[in-house]
Amino acid sequence: MFQRTLVLLLAGAAATTLLACGGGKEEDTLEKEEAAAPASAPASAAAPAAAPAAAAAAPAAGSATLTGKVTFTGSAPAKEAIKMDADAYCKAAHSGPVYTQEVEVNGNGTLKDVFVYVKEGVTGTYPAPTTPVVIDQQGCQYHPHVFGIQAGQPLKIVNSDGTLHNIHALPKQNAEFNIGQPFKGMETIKKFDKPEVPVRFKCDVHKWMGAYAGVLNHPFFAVTNDQGTFEIKNLPPGTYVIEAWQEKYGPQTQTVTISGSESKTVDFSFKG
Amino acid sequence: MRRFVAVGLWLSAAAAFPAAASALPFWLKLPEGVSTYSGRIDGIFRLILWITGIIFVVVEVLLVTFLIRYRYREGRRPRYTHGSNRVEVVWTIVPAVICVVLALLSRATWADIKQHLPKEGVQIEVTAEQFAWNIRYAGPDNKFGTADDVLTLNQLHFPVGQPVIVTLQSKDVIHSFFLPEFRVKQDAVPGLPSRIWFEGTRTGHWEIACAELCGLGHYRMKGFVTVETPEEFGKWLADQAAQAAAEAAPAAAAPAAAPPAAPAAQEEKKS
Amino acid sequence: MSTSTVAVAHELAPGVHPAPTSFWRKYIFSLDHKVIGKQYMFYALFMLVIGGLLATLVRYQLAWPGRPLAFMGKLAPEGMPGGQMLPEFYNSLFTMHATIMIFFAIMPILIGAFGNFVVPIQIGARDMAFPTLNMLSFWTAVPAAVIIIWSFFVTGGAAQGGWTSYAPLSAILPKGQTLWLLSLGILGISSLLTSVNFITTIINMRAPGMTFFRLPLTVWALFITAVLLLLALPVLTGAMIMLLFDRVLGTTFFLPKGLIVSGQPWTNAGGGQPLLWQHLFWFFGHPEVYIMILPAMGITSEILPVFSRKPIFGYRAMAYSIMGIAGLGFIVWGHHMFQSGMNPYLGTTFMISTMVIAVPSAIKTFNWLGTLWGGNIRFTTPMLHALSFVSMFVIGGLSGIFMAATPVDIFIHDTYFIVGHIHYVLFGGSLFGAFAGLYFWYPKMFGRLMSERWGKIHWAITFVTFNLVFFPMHFLGMRGMQRRIYDYTQYTHLKGLQPMNQFMTISLFVLGIAQIILVFNFFLSMRRGKLAGANPWHANTLEWQTTSPPPHENFTGALPVVYRGPYEFSAPDHAEDYWPQNEPPSGVGQRPAGAHAH
Repeated sequence: MFQRTLVLLLAGAAATTLLACGGGKEEDTLEKEEAAAPASAPASAAAPAAAPAAAAAAPAAGSATLTGKVTFTGSAPAKEAIKMDADAYCKAAHSGPVYTQEVEVNGNGTLKDVFVYVKEGVTGTYPAPTTPVVIDQQGCQYHPHVFGIQAGQPLKIVNSDGTLHNIHALPKQNAEFNIGQPFKGMETIKKFDKPEVPVRFKCDVHKWMGAYAGVLNHPFFAVTNDQGTFEIKNLPPGTYVIEAWQEKYGPQTQTVTISGSESKTVDFSFKG
Repeated sequence: MRRFVAVGLWLSAAAAFPAAASALPFWLKLPEGVSTYSGRIDGIFRLILWITGIIFVVVEVLLVTFLIRYRYREGRRPRYTHGSNRVEVVWTIVPAVICVVLALLSRATWADIKQHLPKEGVQIEVTAEQFAWNIRYAGPDNKFGTADDVLTLNQLHFPVGQPVIVTLQSKDVIHSFFLPEFRVKQDAVPGLPSRIWFEGTRTGHWEIACAELCGLGHYRMKGFVTVETPEEFGKWLADQAAQAAAEAAPAAAAPAAAPPAAPAAQEEKKS
Repeated sequence: MSTSTVAVAHELAPGVHPAPTSFWRKYIFSLDHKVIGKQYMFYALFMLVIGGLLATLVRYQLAWPGRPLAFMGKLAPEGMPGGQMLPEFYNSLFTMHATIMIFFAIMPILIGAFGNFVVPIQIGARDMAFPTLNMLSFWTAVPAAVIIIWSFFVTGGAAQGGWTSYAPLSAILPKGQTLWLLSLGILGISSLLTSVNFITTIINMRAPGMTFFRLPLTVWALFITAVLLLLALPVLTGAMIMLLFDRVLGTTFFLPKGLIVSGQPWTNAGGGQPLLWQHLFWFFGHPEVYIMILPAMGITSEILPVFSRKPIFGYRAMAYSIMGIAGLGFIVWGHHMFQSGMNPYLGTTFMISTMVIAVPSAIKTFNWLGTLWGGNIRFTTPMLHALSFVSMFVIGGLSGIFMAATPVDIFIHDTYFIVGHIHYVLFGGSLFGAFAGLYFWYPKMFGRLMSERWGKIHWAITFVTFNLVFFPMHFLGMRGMQRRIYDYTQYTHLKGLQPMNQFMTISLFVLGIAQIILVFNFFLSMRRGKLAGANPWHANTLEWQTTSPPPHENFTGALPVVYRGPYEFSAPDHAEDYWPQNEPPSGVGQRPAGAHAH
């Protein structure tokens, strides 16, 4: 009787363990997809090997360059000081007032942090790079504030602050995620599967913190710098719809036709 | 068992003698009370500690005494009894009376804290959200919901010696507005604004804690309390209003800390 | 006269089924309440270990916030990347610790295991009223456990809303919360089936002469527990279905208008009321606390007379106070909601009913003391655990008065004071009661005694370290440390509590390690323990008047006939110091065959 019961117990335990492990395995594969990225530094050695194969299917990489400038006219909205005193750490990280980044007008009357990309006209497939795009949380702000990333490319989220940040991605097409990073130096790797412009990021602890990503399935994108200029390289010949997106003023589009390896200029202008 | 008797005795003694109480390690004491009603709450706490402490000691001493006195002895004939109605009635009535008296004593304090709001006081709106406290003052025009409202994030200032009336609400999930030193705690429930009051008895700096699980940032949904003299408070409020006025020149750029209905539309536009 | 009654009772006894022959019918899908009881016990003990391990992780984080734990980085890379715990994982840990301990460990061991094994034998029945239903109850509880463990491995991790799962938070959390609702919904069905079975069995299947006031107090406690389950659980199940609909079907039972989550309007919001969830949850939740403590009270009331060799003091008062607790248990739920935004006028009402419910518990405590008074007390392992129950339940009961007083509750609500209180009730109370029952009935279940010496060592370490872990929680609460908090050192006024938290955590490690003794004692005694015989403790109730373990239909031959109450120890007009319930008074009939064999 008792031995039998013991056998029963062991069988039960074994069954439970199996079930647990079954679940565990599923977890592993899920895990690998996401955790692959930190390990993907070595893996990237394999990736380029795969890249030419993919590139063979794709049209040959072009050599045209698209440059341009995004100017700003009208009056810029008043700068609003961020209430950094909501968190003592954030306040201590800055010596003076810090302003919101919604509209950043450069000294030369141009706009910074405008996302410019090829919206339509790209043919062929472009494999996602394995080098991660890094978004850093530093001084309770995101660096960079606006950036582009390819679908499937790893996004490395770094916390350089000694306070909790939660990075809450609010995409509409991709999977939403919300992760806490309570300690300085923490890193997490995430990916987006589908192209989507823009994807907003937010920190719920410091609600002024916002960032935007343009997720695309090709590498033809750029963000304007502090001179208001951008440059998109290696475009193959074709007719393209170019969009410039600004977080407050929204998108603008222009159509451009490129042949051979010419350099073209496309300028945009936003009005305040 | 004995250790507990000792701790129990120690606690009761501590509660009894303020002199002994001040010699206690900090973790055996309630935090300093800095609101007008913190003393009343602590008083009931100590009263209950006394009563339960005595009951605890009596029960455990009886238990241990019986265990020693009536431990197994060969050949002893235990007392054959099925109970005694008289003593059972006594130990039904005594706890019942104690409990009802405690309830009656607590009732008035509870009513003064939670049921009767003072007529006059500094009005503040606190709106909780994952994971911050949006704090709103009426500003120079003394009206809420106007352009000159003063908004802060996690910074609660109020004057000493004046009742403060807080209208508490939440945008998303349930939070709990907890000021430990003021003995203030009230859940912030979305869709159900509640009004609470308190009055600080001294100036100083403390912290707001969130006491209701609200998500991953719950543990550091922390705010800062500054209790100032009325003059300092007035100056602070004026400074904040001036700053807000300077920034809010184009009104459209107002931050999203307005009452829930308003920012809903705003946020939607933005995203 | 008595012989004919016995014969009739035997022929009509419902629930009797032929002894199974195949392995599957005998050990897996058995209809025998004794096998089902043991299945529940293994189930509960397995989940107890898991729940305990989760608690260890919670306490590790509290002692050393953010310190990496390398092996956990491999075991749970998502929740503890590099071994460093994330706040969302911490929230999952305490949610799952409480859920598993309450629903998958304490309830199954007290009701499923002891209830199933002991009740039919103690009332003199051959089995439960509905043996097939009984088997189905257990096999409904198994998928619930599988789902709850599986939920750790889904995207976003297991439920993070606390065991109370307050809406709207529980409506917006990742999908682990949905699995939590599904699992507990399924488990609710299992418990409901069990409760119907218990009620029917106890009302209809008592042996001849087993009147209600001759029932052992364990049976009384489980009877009332089953009634509580029957009345309270459907409310929870209903609320869970509503919450599930809010999550997956777009209803808004608990979601008010204008909800803005992370700066964006929540798509399905409007018209709901978050406090409705709390009312429904606590209407179940407070009786639930009694569901977990009443069986342990019953077990304690069973064991104290046996080892004091004295009748229980105030048998009827004990039975009535169980009923009183059950009745009052349904009108005190609002005391969990004093600070919730519920109308403060209701606070006073609920405070008074809550204060009143302390009275039956006080009666029980004093009656237990009365039972010990003038006894001849043997400190066996079951007795030591039952005594621990009494002394620890006193602390849990008294600390409850603090939060019953509404003004004090303003300060200590949602702090560690509450956590300390609930652990004195559920660990100091329910779990010590369960351990007492385990050591007490083990010889009946397995035919051999557990080692007394190792049992006592296990008890001593558990008792001391239990207090070292949980008593300081009251101090943490007094300092204002909130419950469910991942890193209290963020707060200036709580920073100084870290050494105390470290002390508690180290004590918990010792407490955990001591349980290994119990595991070894449990399994080794099945082979090596001293043979128990029918009645090793010289007790009176019917389960001790049959062989250990009892035969397929519990009693060989005719069913026993009951002549007296369950606790007739040291009766002056009887030679021996115990007097089994079925032993005929001198001059009345014949002793039923097969009974009282020792």
